Amino acid sequence: MNVADVQDAITRAHHGEWARVIASLTKRFGDLDIAEEAAAEAFAVAVERWPADGVPPNPGAWLTTTANRKAIDRIRRESKRDDKHKEAQRMWDDPAEPAVPLGAIDDDRLRLIFTCCHPALAMQTRVALTLRMVGGLTVPEIARAFLLQDTAVGQRITRAKAKIKAARIPYRVPSAEDLPARVPGVLAVLYLIFNEGYLTTGPGTDPVRHDLTAEAIRLARLIRALLPDDGEVAGLLALMLLTEARRTARVSAGGELVTLDEQDRGAWDAALIAEGHRLVRERLAAAAAGVAPGRYQILAAINAVHTSARDVRDTDWSQVLALYDQLVRVDPSPIVALNRAIALAELDGPEVALAAVDRLDDALAGYHAYHATRADLLRRLGHSRQSRAAYDRAIDLAGNTAETAYLTRRRDQLG
Amino acid sequence: MRYLVSVIDDKTDSATPDVMAAIDAFNERIQAEGHWVFAGGLAAPSSATVVDNRGGEALITDGPFLESKEYLAGFWVMEAADLDEALKLAADGSRACDARVEVRPFL
Repeated sequence: MNVADVQDAITRAHHGEWARVIASLTKRFGDLDIAEEAAAEAFAVAVERWPADGVPPNPGAWLTTTANRKAIDRIRRESKRDDKHKEAQRMWDDPAEPAVPLGAIDDDRLRLIFTCCHPALAMQTRVALTLRMVGGLTVPEIARAFLLQDTAVGQRITRAKAKIKAARIPYRVPSAEDLPARVPGVLAVLYLIFNEGYLTTGPGTDPVRHDLTAEAIRLARLIRALLPDDGEVAGLLALMLLTEARRTARVSAGGELVTLDEQDRGAWDAALIAEGHRLVRERLAAAAAGVAPGRYQILAAINAVHTSARDVRDTDWSQVLALYDQLVRVDPSPIVALNRAIALAELDGPEVALAAVDRLDDALAGYHAYHATRADLLRRLGHSRQSRAAYDRAIDLAGNTAETAYLTRRRDQLG
Repeated sequence: MRYLVSVIDDKTDSATPDVMAAIDAFNERIQAEGHWVFAGGLAAPSSATVVDNRGGEALITDGPFLESKEYLAGFWVMEAADLDEALKLAADGSRACDARVEVRPFL
C-alpha cells in the first residue's frame, strides 16, 4: 500500500470513525475531555504506525481499542493524584435512570450530538463543540471557519466540557416525550454550520467553504438515519442538498456570485437534486395526510420548485409565492417577507414588490440583502440613481467576497 | 446530584396570595417526589451585613457585598438525577414563584 492510499485510509477513518470513537469512549468513561484526548492520540498513533504496519482490517475497531487504552493510561496517571474520576465514572455508569427507550432510535453518536447541542450551552458553544466532537474538526479549523482566534475557540470548548461535567448535562438521547423540544436545537446548529459554509463571511476568505457544507450535510444524514420519521430533519437535509447541488454554479470562475436566474442549470448536481426531491416528495405526502410542515420543509419545497425548472423561465412562481405565504405563517420574520417579495416581483412586477420591500426598512436597514433586493428592483424600474445608492449600501454591508464582486459589477453597469 | 435554584428578582416578600399558594403546592410536590433538600425566601439586600475576618479582625460593613438591581430573593436546594431533570424542576419553580431562576450545580 502506498503512502497516498494510507493517507486516504486515515482520512476516511477520521470522517467515518471519529464521532463513533468519541461517543463510545464518552459512554464508557463518562468524560468528553478524556474521550477527545484519547481519540486524538489514537489517530496520531494511526498516522505514525499505519504507513509502516499497514492499515488494519477494521480501522474503526483498531482506533477504538487504541483510544480506550490511551484513556485508561490517562485515568491511571490521574488516579495516582486523586480518586475523583472513580466518583465521576460511578455516576456516569449508573444505569438507574435510563431514558424512556426509543426502540431502535438509539446510537452513541446521537447521544453525543444531543449532549453537544444541549440548550444549557450557548449557541456558538454548541456549534464549536459539535464540530469538534461530532465533526472531528480541529480547534484551528473551527477558528478559521468562524474567523475567531484559536485560543477563543479552545477556551469555549474547554469551558463547555467543564460545564457538562460540573452541571451533569446528561449523555443520552432525550426521552420520546422531550425529543420534539430538543430536535429543533440540533437542527439549528446544523443549519448554522451549513450557512456559514455556504455564505462564508469575511474579506479574503473563500466565498464557499465546502468543508463546512459537507460536514453539515453529513451530520444531517446521520440524524436522518437515526430519526427517519422526523419531518423537519428530512426537510433540513433536503434544503441542504438542494442548496449544495447549485454550489459550483453559484460562483463564477472569476469568484463572482451568479444569481439563480443566471446560473448554468446544467452544472447543477443532478444526484443531489434527485435525493432532495425524493425527501420533499416524502414530506409532501405527509403534509397531504395532515402533518403540518415546519419551516425547513417549506424552504426545501421552495428550493424543489426552483430546481425542478430546467430553465429559469419555467419557474412556477405562483407555487413559490404560495409556499412563502405558508412560510410567513410559520415564521413571520422580515427576512422571510423580503424573500417573499422577490417572488412577488416575478408575478406582480417590480413596483408591487418594491412597495412590499420598502415596508421592511425599519427591520432590515442593516442587512445587505435588503439593499441588494431594493437595488435590483429599482434598476428594473429604471431608477438608476436610487438603484446606485442602494447598491452602494449593499456593498458596504456585504461580508461575502463573491457577493461583493457581483454587486459591484451590477452597480457599475447602471446607466 | 444537588443543585441550587436561585430566585432572581428585584423585590422580596412581594408574592401575591396566588403566587404563595403556587409555591406551596410546588414545594409539597418536590417533597413528595424526593427532590426537596431545603428552600427559603430572603429579606431585602438592604438588610444584609458583610463580615470580613480574613485579616484576623472582623470587619463589619452594612449592606450587601454587591449592589445590583436584581438579586437573590430566595432559593431552593434540590436533588436531581442530572441537569435535564433539574431544569424541568426549575421551570416549574419559576412558574410557581413568577420569577427567573438560576440553576447551579453543587461541587
